[in-house]
Parts: sequence; structure tokens; C-alpha cells
Amino acid sequence: MEPSELKRSKDSPNSDESTRRSSFPDEVLERVLSLLKSHRDRSSVSLVCKDWYNAERWSRTHVFIGNCYSVSPEIVARRFPKIRSVTLKGKPRFSDFNLVPENWGADIHAWLVVFAAKYPFLEELRLKRMAISDESLEFLAVSFPNFKALSLLSCDGFSTNGLAAIATHCKNLTELDIQENGIDDKGGSWLSCFPESFTSLEVLNFANLSSDINFDALERLVGRCKSMRVLKLNRSVSLEQLQRLLVNAPQLAELGTGSFSEELTFRQYVELESALSNCKNMHTLSGLWDAKGIYLPALYPVCTHLTFLNLSYAALRSDELAKLLAHCPRLKRLWVLDTVEDKGLEAVGLNCPLLEELRVFPADPFDEEIIHGVTEAGFVAVSFGCPRLHYVLYFCRQMTNAAVATIVQNCPDFTHFRLCIMNPGQPDYITNEPMDEAFGAVVKTCTKLQRLSVSGRLTDLTFEYIGRYAKNLETLSVAFAGSSDWGMQCVMGGCSKLRKLEIRDCPFGNAALLSGLEKYESMRSLWMSACNVTMNGCRLLAREMPRLNVEVMKEDGSDDSQADKVYVYRSIAGPRRDAPPSVLTL
Amino acid sequence: MSTPLEHDYIGLSETSSVERSSDKIPSSSSSSSSSTHPNEDKTTRTSLNLKGTELRLGLPGSQSPERKVSLFCKDLESNERSNGFAVSPLKNLMSGAKRGFSDAIDGPNGKWVFPMNGKCDVELAKGAILASPRAVLEGKNKLPSGREVGGLPQSPKPVQDKNILVPSANEHSNAPASKAQVVGWPPIRSFRKNTMASNSAKNSEDAAGCLYVKVSMDGAPYLRKVDLKTYKTYKEISSALEKMFTCFTLGHCSSNGLAVRDGLSESRLMDLLHGSEYVLTYEDKDGDWMLVGDVPWEMFIDTCKRLRIVKGSEAIGLAPRAMEKCKNQS
Repeated sequence: MEPSELKRSKDSPNSDESTRRSSFPDEVLERVLSLLKSHRDRSSVSLVCKDWYNAERWSRTHVFIGNCYSVSPEIVARRFPKIRSVTLKGKPRFSDFNLVPENWGADIHAWLVVFAAKYPFLEELRLKRMAISDESLEFLAVSFPNFKALSLLSCDGFSTNGLAAIATHCKNLTELDIQENGIDDKGGSWLSCFPESFTSLEVLNFANLSSDINFDALERLVGRCKSMRVLKLNRSVSLEQLQRLLVNAPQLAELGTGSFSEELTFRQYVELESALSNCKNMHTLSGLWDAKGIYLPALYPVCTHLTFLNLSYAALRSDELAKLLAHCPRLKRLWVLDTVEDKGLEAVGLNCPLLEELRVFPADPFDEEIIHGVTEAGFVAVSFGCPRLHYVLYFCRQMTNAAVATIVQNCPDFTHFRLCIMNPGQPDYITNEPMDEAFGAVVKTCTKLQRLSVSGRLTDLTFEYIGRYAKNLETLSVAFAGSSDWGMQCVMGGCSKLRKLEIRDCPFGNAALLSGLEKYESMRSLWMSACNVTMNGCRLLAREMPRLNVEVMKEDGSDDSQADKVYVYRSIAGPRRDAPPSVLTL
Repeated sequence: MSTPLEHDYIGLSETSSVERSSDKIPSSSSSSSSSTHPNEDKTTRTSLNLKGTELRLGLPGSQSPERKVSLFCKDLESNERSNGFAVSPLKNLMSGAKRGFSDAIDGPNGKWVFPMNGKCDVELAKGAILASPRAVLEGKNKLPSGREVGGLPQSPKPVQDKNILVPSANEHSNAPASKAQVVGWPPIRSFRKNTMASNSAKNSEDAAGCLYVKVSMDGAPYLRKVDLKTYKTYKEISSALEKMFTCFTLGHCSSNGLAVRDGLSESRLMDLLHGSEYVLTYEDKDGDWMLVGDVPWEMFIDTCKRLRIVKGSEAIGLAPRAMEKCKNQS
């Protein structure tokens, strides 16, 4: 009814043009457009002409909002009347590392109120770095009768009471995915709030909650949700309990185990192994908290068809990892702790030729006397064995320019290169030179590079390279690097596709900030903290670019003229009204 | 690792925040004391250090307010580097005389303060237990604020924007690490930080990897090696060794068999002794041959260099107590 109304209103005033227009009925156009899923494609479509803009907005069911303050819920609701699924991101990424004040904003509640009025049939809500209270969760649970999927990543402000509300009221829930949030864990009773009649759950992830849950309730829940395909348990679930769950859920595609370390009798071990081997669909495995090497062989039957193995909470040694990987020939994504050391990474190179993504996390990031962990040698070894590698996150304590040059020569298809040399400003440990040439090699060789995080001692030369060569770069993270404004100016001038730039502790000042004047409107956001930017520089930027929100976060005891933390983003919603006193909008 | 040189821009930190100045990470401890806390007068700092190394005694409960010492005095640092105490003087200085517990709580800043007296190391260790049990008891240099946060069962995102070096700003009042730490660096999410913190607290004994020692048995044609780290009790190692060396002892099975398990603690060894006339001994760091089972397990794996399974008759001189126990049991 609505599309044809739309058609009528368009046809009447423009009947001449409608004959000139191709006879492409709106219904067909909308039908075709409804098949478009990528939000970028949809954005492009909406720019073609007014008809297409309208057709697109009527056919869109999912909206992705990368910065919740770039637009208001009212504007979204006006433009897209038929939304059933929303993805919202809030705080700047550095809030994950405690650089953003607690009460900064990004509260979901205002959005929920509008959605309740405009999208009563909302089904999915995926939030990242938003503030969400228990009241909001309760409001969500009772306002949307069709609600199906809730995913919370790196959010905060709520407790397990909010989860209880969701479990109690959302009768059609298919997905509850609670990851790495600042959640107030008041106990595991929320899980028991799922009614006995409830059977629709397909995705359940509570791996990052610490409290014990009622295992019987969980066992019954898993038993009656026959479509469950993703189950990620928390540490409180034992191996023996895991076996009991798996026996009733062999259809699982993704499993996050609980604690992997209790003492098992031989019979229990055999039963566990058997239960795991029955999971023929399993392609993702995680959890493995406190994994003991002696029980890992129980996983071998699953390993043969695994594509994603997340060992980042299991402090395995190199020999343990090597033994395990010998059974994982199809692995595409691997996350490990640096306890596996270079030897473990050699095993990665030897056993996993299809590897596309590697993340190596530090087990002891703050202990500077540790001499273990991984070095450049491990990364190089992986690059020799895994030519398809395109995503890397690597935390290490030493690196050389030569090693990185070798790595990108072996793996020229990097799209995401995130190297974190943990000691800030550390040079090439063999030549003592800055790491400029390393990142120069990365941007010169990896033409598809979309995301880059740099570290180590870097001069402006690194940024010259980035500006000159990284033409597809969209996200850049910089810390403790650069020599002068020139560095940032090179990036702002050269990286035409840049969308997110986050900088901390670099000697970039007002000249650098203002060099991006015309660029910021084509970017999602800019973050600069502990740089040399002053309040005057920010005021100038705000004055020149009225469509940007320029926010400064002041710290206690700092100089009035310094802009300690600057967050700049484009917005069609104007300056925000919910900023706390420590955040100044210029 | 060389000291980063290009952080000159931070030199204009006369007016910058304390946090910003601490972002500069000196890799050598000697430079750290001069790089932090620009807000304090340099001369005051040096003179404080000197005063801080002075040992003075006072009556319990008395305060000498004119004397300000840094919490972690420099000569302590050289002995106790591994206790995770800061090298550089801290913002929250406190009076140094001997003081009672209540005074300790109600220190000038209302924060934990520690008594300073002649027994510097011990007292400090004791006092530090109030604030950071893990750091001192483990005696290891790993105590970032992230770790302390991880010790809480539920931890909402920790206090933002505070200098980790300054415990007064940190509501968990833990002892800072010996090197300056930067807020939000390395860039790891809180959940992972906290999880790793509690992990390594648990596994700190396992940090060294494995501990292989040779095991010899009288009369056996070859030796074996065992990893002491894979066992947690004497019971475990004795049953493991028993399995390993069974093939050599078959000819010496007693009438009641080796399989007797009374569930008593180190009595497995006694069973060995009882049943097969073999005794488990070990060579310690001093080169002496000792009977296995006397000292706590942790101490044992710390001092044990090799193991030897000795015929009971030869062990008599080694283990008079063992023989007595044996007699009492029979």
C-alpha cells in the first residue's frame, strides 16, 4: 500500500517525465533494492536520483550508524520507515582503553524511545560502545514484541538484572550475545529467567560473565533449543558439564567452552572426546579457559573442520600449540596468547597454509621484565607459511624494519595491519633506527590496506609514506609517534579514503589539526589526545566547519589553553545536548 | 631498549597534566625520577630522596610532619626491586615516623600509608600487604592497576583518566609498578586485561615453564626424567614414579603388593618403603641427599635438583624418622 501511494504521489505532478523515464515500476525497483544488503551500496544507490533515494529508503530494513551522534533517532526514523534491524556504535574506540570519561554519553535510551514509537516491530539491536542501563534493557524487552536479537559489545552501564529482563520478556529471542562489556555481574540467575516454554534461541554468548549460572537451567535450555548453533559458555562451566551440554547439542557450529582444566577420569575424558567428535558442523572454537595441554587431544576430532580457533584465553606453550595445530589444516583465523612464543608461531606457519587472520595477544602486557612473548621471528615464520594472511594484530616487545619488509613481501594482501610494539617509541632493536621503513614497506607493498596501527619509534617519514602510498587506507591509529605537524599533514593530504583517525601522545598541533579542515566532513571521526592542540585551534576549527562537532574533554588540573582530548566528527544532528560538564562542545 | 628520545615535545610539560608527563616511559629507571611530576620542585624531590633514605625511629603513634619521605625509599628499591614499588617519588608523600595502624589509615591524604622504621624491608612488606597483597606475596614485579582491578569479582570499567603512578587517584590504592605506566597502553580491552591479570596470579608458579630432573633408581639400567611442574603433591609424584619404575621392581614386590593406597598423605612413600624396601630421596641445592616428603611441596620443587630411588637398607642412615614411622605403622 505504501509503495503504491508513493507512486501515485510521484506520478501525478510529473506525468510528462514519467513517460520519458524508463518504464521501471517502483515495485520492481524496490524489490531489486531490497536484495541489497551492504549499507555502502545502499548509500550509493540513494544518491542516484530522487526516485532511487525513495525506493531505497522504503526498502531498507537494516540501518548501520557508525557514530550515534552523527544523526538523531528522529532523523533516522523519518528517512527509513521500515527498519527492523539497527546497528549503533557510540563512544570513540579509545574508550576501550579508558581514555574516555565514564559519563561521556552514547546512551541508548533516547534511541529506544523513538524506536518504540516508530519501529514497534524492531527485531535486532546491535550495539558497540554504547551506554545502556538496566532500565533501558527492561524497556527494550517489553516494547518490542517481535524482538529477536540483542548483541552488546564493549558496552557498559548495565547489570545482569537487565539480562534477566530480556530473558523473561522476549518470547521470540533468537540471539543473546553479550561480549566484553563493563557489566555489573550480580549473579547467574538471569539465565534461569528463560521460560520453560522458550525454544527459539539460536545464539547464546555469555562467555565474559564471571558468575556461576544454574547449570540445570542451562542444560534444559540448550536441550530444548534445537536450533541453537552458537553457544559460548563462561568459565564457571566445567568440562564435565560441557560434555553433558554437547551430547544434547551436536548441531552446534560455534562453541565457546568453559573452563578446560578440571581433573577428569579416563571415562569422562573419553565421553568428552566422543561428544566433541559428534559435532560435525563445528567451525569455530573458543573459550578453553585455563586449558591444560593434556586435555587438548579431546579437541582433535573437531579441529579437522575448524576455521576459527580462539585460544586467546588459554595460556598454551609452544609445544602444546604445535600439537594442536597439527590437527587444524583448514584454519583461517587464529587468535593466540604470546605464551606460545616464536616456536608456537613457527608451528602456525607449518600447519595452517590457509590462514587469513592472526591475532597474538600479550599474556602479561604490563610486566616489562618479562622476556618471553613473541618477537619478529615468529611473525616472519608465519608469513612464510601463510601467504593468504591479510589480517594481523600483533603485540610484541621487539621488531625490526627488515622483518616487516620480509613479512609484507611474503604476504602482500594485507588489508588490516595492526602492529603493537609494546614499549612506546621503541626503535628497531638491531639497527636502533626508527621503524619508518617498516611501515613504509607495508604501505608500499600492501595496496589493499584498509586499516593500519603503527607503533615503535616513528618520525614524520612514516607519515609521508602513509600519505603517499596508502590510498585505500580507511582507519589509522597512531600513538607516541611523529616529529612535527608535517606528519599529520601528510596523512590528511594523502589518504583520500581516510574515515577514522585516532592519535594519542604525538607532537601534532594546531597546524596539523587545521590541515584536515576540508577532510573531516568526509570522515567519520578524528580523535587526538595528549597532542599539542590548543583550545584556540579547536575553536577555529569549529568556527570554520559548522557541520562538524568539535568536542574537547578537559582533565583536572590541566592548563586552560590546552585541548587535552579532542573528538571531531561530522553530524547532521547538530551539537549534542547530553554532554557531561567535562566535555566542551565548541 | 633505548630511552625514547623524541619525546621532547613533552618537555613543554611545565603546564601539562601529571598524566601526560607520565606518558613518557623511561626505559631505564634512573631517568624516571627526573621525568615525572613536573609539578614538584626538583630540589624538593632530591632532598626528599636523601631524607627518605634516613632511618629514624619514633614512638608509636607519633608523627613528624616536617619529615616527608617517599613511600618507597631508594635503598629499598635496590633490594626489593621485585616488589613492584615505584622508583620515582610519588605525589602522595606521607610522614615517616613509626605510627600505629589507625594512623596509617588516616594518613595525610586519607590513603594507605606505611610505617617506616629500622626494619625497612620487612615493615614495608607488611604494610604493603594492606594495599596490595598480591604484589608482595608473589614478590614479583607485576602489579599494574589493571591487575588490581582484575582482583575484584566484578569490575566495571576502572576509574578513567587517572595517573596510574599516583595511588591517591586510584581507588584501588595498589602499589604502582616500578616503571611508569601509561593509561590505556598497551591498547588492550579491560576485560582481557582483567582476565589475564587473574590468570597470571594463578599461574605464577608455572611461569618458568617446566622443571625436569633426573630420576635414578638403584639397580635400574637407565635413568628417567620427570617434570616436577606437572605434579602438585607428593602423592602424585610418587605414584607417577611408581608407574615409571614398576618394571624394575616387579621382582621385589612385597606380599601385600604395591597397589595399597590408604589415602594417607605421604604414606605412598611409606608404602614404597613398606612394600618394596625402596625410598625416594633427592639431592638439594646444597648437594645433600634428603628424604622426599619432609618439606612443603613448593619448597621441595624449588630445591630439588635430582631424584634417586634408593634401596631401603641404604636409606636407613638417611631417614631415621622414616624408619620410626614405619615401625609405628606396623
